[in-house]
Amino acid sequence: MADAAIIVEGAHKTYGGKKAKDMKKALDGLDLRVVRGTVHGVLGPNGAGKTTLVRILSTLLRPDSGRVEVAGYDVLTEARAVRFRIGLLGQHAALDEELGGRQNLELFGRLHHLGARQARVRADELLERFDLGDTGRKPVRAYSGGMRRRLDLAASLVTDPEILFLDEPTTGLDPRGRAEVWSAVRSLVGGGTTVLLTTQYLEEADQLAGRISVVDRGRVIADGSPDELKSRTGGDRIDVVLRDAGQLGAAVALLPVPEAGVSVDVDRRLLSAPVTDRMTALSRVVRALEEAGIDAEDVALRRPTLDEVFLHLTGAEEEAA
Amino acid sequence: MSAYVLTDSWTMTRRELAHWARQPVQVVVSLVFPVMLLLMFGYLIGGGRAVAGPYVDYLVPGMLALTMAFGLEGTMLAVTQDLNKGVIDRFRSMPMADGAVLVGRSAADMLQSAIGLVVLIGVGLALGWRPQGGGGGFLGAVGLLLLFRFAMLWVGIQLALVAGRPEMVQAVQILVWPVGFLSNALATPAAMPGWLGTVVQWNPMSQTATAVRDLLGGPGGESGHVWAAVAWPLALLVVFFPFAVRRFRGLGR
Repeated sequence: MADAAIIVEGAHKTYGGKKAKDMKKALDGLDLRVVRGTVHGVLGPNGAGKTTLVRILSTLLRPDSGRVEVAGYDVLTEARAVRFRIGLLGQHAALDEELGGRQNLELFGRLHHLGARQARVRADELLERFDLGDTGRKPVRAYSGGMRRRLDLAASLVTDPEILFLDEPTTGLDPRGRAEVWSAVRSLVGGGTTVLLTTQYLEEADQLAGRISVVDRGRVIADGSPDELKSRTGGDRIDVVLRDAGQLGAAVALLPVPEAGVSVDVDRRLLSAPVTDRMTALSRVVRALEEAGIDAEDVALRRPTLDEVFLHLTGAEEEAA
Repeated sequence: MSAYVLTDSWTMTRRELAHWARQPVQVVVSLVFPVMLLLMFGYLIGGGRAVAGPYVDYLVPGMLALTMAFGLEGTMLAVTQDLNKGVIDRFRSMPMADGAVLVGRSAADMLQSAIGLVVLIGVGLALGWRPQGGGGGFLGAVGLLLLFRFAMLWVGIQLALVAGRPEMVQAVQILVWPVGFLSNALATPAAMPGWLGTVVQWNPMSQTATAVRDLLGGPGGESGHVWAAVAWPLALLVVFFPFAVRRFRGLGR
């Protein structure tokens, strides 16, 4: 298939441990196909196998079995060809902390076999582009989290890779740092680069990715566009917090959805239900509560959380099994 | 093997040199430390036990060998630090030559050790050490010392690859002291209890020290040790070099 930048078929990876109980199955028959020139999100909780997948794709880790091709090259037998075509932004900054930003970029440029002058020009371009121009001689270890991430991203773009891996690029960043990284990633899209992005946050996948694969226990359990996935979960939800937990039962009957779809949290005096038409649902719920004389502390519309998408998908999978 | 082994290794060596430029204090401390030991043993502790001749002529070659042995911990620390940082992942995901990370490391460490030798020899001369044996002997002695350091370097790399954790570096940093002192660097085996003297004579470092003393015509030198001072480091290299390279390549398993 000419249009696939990444092909993974039946990838397995089990981490060591001499006894069976110490073994950890990280990938359990994972399949994935990423279309060239797209941003593909891999969404899943901690321990789902996301980082293992990225490490295998970037030739840092060997799969136990399965077929893994990146840019048309096999990661096991043609690792070098793969390395010429990829950029990697791992979970931890892959930078030389003692050196400055420019020194880092020049170092990586030289190791990509750019000439001295070329490496210097490229470093300047990238510093400019990621707004790191005036960091001077400061070593990377003195950078803020957001700056470090931007430099890390710049380092993975030294040779304009065909395929870029971003492993949880915003984990541990404050909202400002996150916004910085998001806008940097967006600026890449459209340049023809294929991006594979892992994340724990639905919002992030939603913001950046055109297509999402949901991963759990080393396998892809669903994929589709962000909207497709959300609508499979039942779309938006309405949360109602009551003043009096005693009225929860009465309130459930008033909500414009089947009772089976409503979740009740007695401790937080909270009702939560999926809705289809946001504004209609909101006004109907508020009116119904008022008419019944039930006091609400808070009524809010929101998107499903990853937990909900996830519970929904894993739940559906267990039913099917 | 890639065509870029040399350029990539040189790039990695320059990375280490850039670290030096960033941390001049660390570099100076690592050069001053052996000098401090030399002064301490020369003036405070050393008594020249059972040494026939000036103690300084015995001590300086011993300190040179000891400094080469202690280089092991510096190498291990640097490799461990690299492995525990994300930057190694970037190196390994780039199309650079396989061995360049390790070759760059050894080139920089050898350079530092060579500078260390120059400093220590200078201080030794200032203390009144007078090596004999001419230019050939002198060059031979320096060669043996650097060969020994090169073997220690690969032992250090292998230890870092196997142990891989900063706590283990600390353990090794403590252990090099008794192992280093269990040699004839500071005192003659003749002045030790019999069994201890035997252990000490078998220490590869003692072979290097004895051969260096022999080549420089100092007390404690015995002829016939040069072959052992060549053979021991080579034997260590034959074992540890391939292990370390294999281990580094296999990091992704």
